[in-house]
Amino acid sequence: MEPSREWPLYEVFVRGKRGLNHVHVGSLRAADAEMALRNARDLYTRRNEGVSIWVVEAKAITASSPDEKDPFFAPSGDKVYRHPTFYDIPENVPHM
Amino acid sequence: MDAADTDARTGADARLADFERTIERDQRIEPRDWMPDRYRSTMVRQIAQHAHSEIIGMQPEGAWITRAPSLRRKAILLAKVQDEAGHGLYLYSAAETLGADRPELTARLISGRQKYSSIFNYPTPSFADVGVIGWLVDGAAICNQVPLCRSSYGPYARAMIRICKEESFHQRQGYELLMTLMRGTEAQRRMVQESVDRWWWPSLMMFGPPDAESTHTAQSMAWKIKRHTNDELRQRFVDMTVPQAAALGVTLPDPDLRWNAERGHHDFGEVDWSELKRVISGDGPCNAERIEVRRAAHEDGAWVREAAAAHAAKRARREGEAA
Ligand SMILES: [Fe+2]
Ligand SMILES: [Fe+2]
Repeated sequence: MEPSREWPLYEVFVRGKRGLNHVHVGSLRAADAEMALRNARDLYTRRNEGVSIWVVEAKAITASSPDEKDPFFAPSGDKVYRHPTFYDIPENVPHM
Repeated sequence: MDAADTDARTGADARLADFERTIERDQRIEPRDWMPDRYRSTMVRQIAQHAHSEIIGMQPEGAWITRAPSLRRKAILLAKVQDEAGHGLYLYSAAETLGADRPELTARLISGRQKYSSIFNYPTPSFADVGVIGWLVDGAAICNQVPLCRSSYGPYARAMIRICKEESFHQRQGYELLMTLMRGTEAQRRMVQESVDRWWWPSLMMFGPPDAESTHTAQSMAWKIKRHTNDELRQRFVDMTVPQAAALGVTLPDPDLRWNAERGHHDFGEVDWSELKRVISGDGPCNAERIEVRRAAHEDGAWVREAAAAHAAKRARREGEAA
């Protein structure tokens, strides 16, 4: 089959129930977004696993590099003062 | 050796060390991580063969959908076979994260270059086979698959978690079907026993050759893409199944099967490994038929895939013009 006629890859995100974020569950191939949605329903929510589905063409996603030592994440590495546990508060101070 | 060469080598060594440390810490390897070529190709092969097994596995039971004896059994069987299609698709999706090409995997299956589980090359002449497949074949698959939920390759492990949740329904509906038959007439009970007699040994073969002959085990264990040896899993399956068979009232066709108090396990007879070799290498009762059906489905569906792609292209073009 010519590459142009091959169905594109869609990534699928499912909201499990109200109050939760959509979570990535996998991918599938479909001719267009509408078919991707229908196939995602049949493939990833056969047992009430979702109340809402997003499909995104995989090529539309921009991702950071997966490297563990990626300097991209360095800015948050040395900022311990962003965490509440950085601060010593006496035990007798309530509600903090 | 010049400086650039040294840099390249220490870079490669560092990446390998990172990879090994991730596995050692029981963390998951994710799609865009660096990984050794052999890890990648082993994973692609393992996932693809697993995906093919799910897809081919639809056929032996699928044959009974139109002939199931009640609407209840038909609906259950339809749901089960649909699940197996889903399992295949989760797994092809996982294989794609490693750079595998989905149409290419299908081509490899159809041309016989990639294998699928030998169990699906046996025929299903009786409706009791639907129950026995659920009980024994899905049961053995569960034994194999539960440890794979901790596979070092993230997308595979996640697919396995999803699959294992669904397999439990498969096994229970099969066992319930058999219980119903066992409560029926003498002929129905004989039908169950006859089916168990045919499926028992091929189910034991699902765990692969004995450890002494298994070629990939050591490396796969080190990479944590396999967590137990074939013989360990086979033993676990036998131990789990014996009391289930007793509760059902059927006899497992092995005169050497007995409890060994010293080992704390059941002893069982030697599997006919020459049969496994024969079936894997293409000479099982249904190998040719399974591949032929898959090929026909793929080729007969080509015009649908092409029409859908043409329709999508036309719509995209019109939307472009309207904008
Ligand atoms: Fe399955
Ligand atoms: Fe199953």
